[in-house]
Amino acid sequence: MMTLRFVATRLATLVITVFVSSLAIYGAMFLTPGDPATLLVGGSRSPDPEVLARIHREYHLDDPFIQGYWHWLSSCLQGDFGRSLVFRDSVADLIGARVGSTLALVGYAAVLVLTAGTVIGTMAALRGGRVEAFATALTAGAMAVPTFVMSVLLIWLFAVRLPWFPVYGSGEGFAGTISHLTLPAVALALTWIGYVAQVTRTAVRAELRAEHVETARGRGVPERIVIRRHVLHNASGPVFAVSGVGIAGLIATAAIAEQAFGTGGLGALMIDAAAKQDMAVVQAVSLLFVVVFVVINTTVDLISAALDPRLATREGAV
Amino acid sequence: MTTPAPLLEIDALGLDLAVEGAPRTVVHRADLAIPAGEAVALVGESGSGKSLTARAVLRLLPAGARLRGDMRFAGESVPEMAAERLRGFRAADVAMVFQDPRAHINPARSVGDFLVEGLTTTRGISRTEAVAKVTAILREVGIPDADRRLRQRPHELSGGLLQRVMIAAALAAEPRLLLADEPTTALDVTTQEEVMAIIAEARAARGLAMLFITHDLELAAAVCGRVVVMYAGSTVEELPAAELRAGAAHPYTRALLASRPPVGDRDARLRSIAGRPLSGFEVPAGCAFADRCPRARDRCRHETPLPRTAAGSAAACHYPYTAVEEADSHA
Repeated sequence: MMTLRFVATRLATLVITVFVSSLAIYGAMFLTPGDPATLLVGGSRSPDPEVLARIHREYHLDDPFIQGYWHWLSSCLQGDFGRSLVFRDSVADLIGARVGSTLALVGYAAVLVLTAGTVIGTMAALRGGRVEAFATALTAGAMAVPTFVMSVLLIWLFAVRLPWFPVYGSGEGFAGTISHLTLPAVALALTWIGYVAQVTRTAVRAELRAEHVETARGRGVPERIVIRRHVLHNASGPVFAVSGVGIAGLIATAAIAEQAFGTGGLGALMIDAAAKQDMAVVQAVSLLFVVVFVVINTTVDLISAALDPRLATREGAV
Repeated sequence: MTTPAPLLEIDALGLDLAVEGAPRTVVHRADLAIPAGEAVALVGESGSGKSLTARAVLRLLPAGARLRGDMRFAGESVPEMAAERLRGFRAADVAMVFQDPRAHINPARSVGDFLVEGLTTTRGISRTEAVAKVTAILREVGIPDADRRLRQRPHELSGGLLQRVMIAAALAAEPRLLLADEPTTALDVTTQEEVMAIIAEARAARGLAMLFITHDLELAAAVCGRVVVMYAGSTVEELPAAELRAGAAHPYTRALLASRPPVGDRDARLRSIAGRPLSGFEVPAGCAFADRCPRARDRCRHETPLPRTAAGSAAACHYPYTAVEEADSHA
């Protein structure tokens, strides 16, 4: 049984992580040289002193740092991320309009990571020999190619040379979305497919050699059941943990794929906002990414502990 | 001397393992026989091949392993069993108790899952029926609160308790032969005695034969009717446990006996066997023990001694001790 204390520790860690990152995100504005208000207005324009004064009031920039921070954080927690002066819209609306596209991309990539990664890794470990050598080489290659290179490669091969997928844009309707998101999702997922496949292969191999598997075989349990109940069941722990980190990592790299394929989304918004020095948007999207990342990681930890209670007790004993 | 056909007969068993693709001989020649209902101990140092010999009975060997010689269970050749028959053999005829229950029981599944698995997956027994059966056996091995234990995970049980669970799982299969691979080595001393007592009771109640693997000669003689000594991949001596002290003919068995600390004399120096133990794959031509043997002559270094039977015992030695020399060697 998972201990209450373990859950409490995990949740406390989550809150602390979000708190510290939010402090860094907010504080970064003050670390950049010059008046933070010029950043909020968008660094590219020549600031009007009257506008700057209004921003100082609106964003509590003249208050002590902690007070200003607290004001920003509590507004964010209430869903009020302020207004973007570059996009002339509320930040919440800007995010709301793009969150669906990013979710679809990350979700699609996550499905690819989970299915392809575990299937390739499991097959490699169970078959061994040439299948394993081939899969290992392939996944090592997938891990080595960065997302932006893979994006260019996929566009060139599957959208330009072979006109199977659209080059650019986000598409309409379910089928359109799928067809527009396939290449970006593959580009985004490949690194993590390689990673998850390698971890799966190692975990399954280790379990195949485990003593408890020897016991099951020695009792005449059919091999099919040995593989499912003992090998795959026990290997699922580390695989699940790595997949969780991988899916959280997809959110961070989604920006690259969104930008390369022009699918639009939160990552593209952040890159755009950063280029235009729109601090309010950058802050809000960064905070959102941190929260989602930490929540996914905590969920993975809790589920892992539920799958293998030794994890929780080991930590509880410390 | 007339003996009924033994339940298990291992005849000139050899075993090669594939180490990085190349075959490596780890068992040169193992001979032993276990009559139905009897207990035989297989004694040897680490690396002598005793555990692999026990695993070979179930053909529970790593990929690429090659068996030579023959093993017959109730007259049926084990190496010749087809896959389906081998599964049935493992499920119903022979059960194994391993040294380290913590490693040999799946840590991610409940104790109940482990106990009933053998029955539900190989006999087509329903889980409810299997639970009733293992509950009764758990009570027999001294675990009265079966309901609670079945729901627990292995890490929540002590080593001794977990070994009882392993024994219960072996007994649930109603085998005719129990392979016990150092079942008490991983346990503390008081638990060891309890576990040995549980095995003895269960054997007596069922007429269960046992191959008991151990490095403890004294324990072997106390638990089993016959003792087989293994050295560097070969069985070197087989004799009735009662004759161990006086009748050991092989110099290695004698040396093992002499290196036990004498009871009651705390100040006596421990005697050890000169040289270091060999693993099966390191054995040179001739007798594996020749380099450490006080009686070795030229012949021992060229000619591998074969087991020679004399009055219910057998020793693989060119120059075995005789009973007359007994007083001499213990002086």
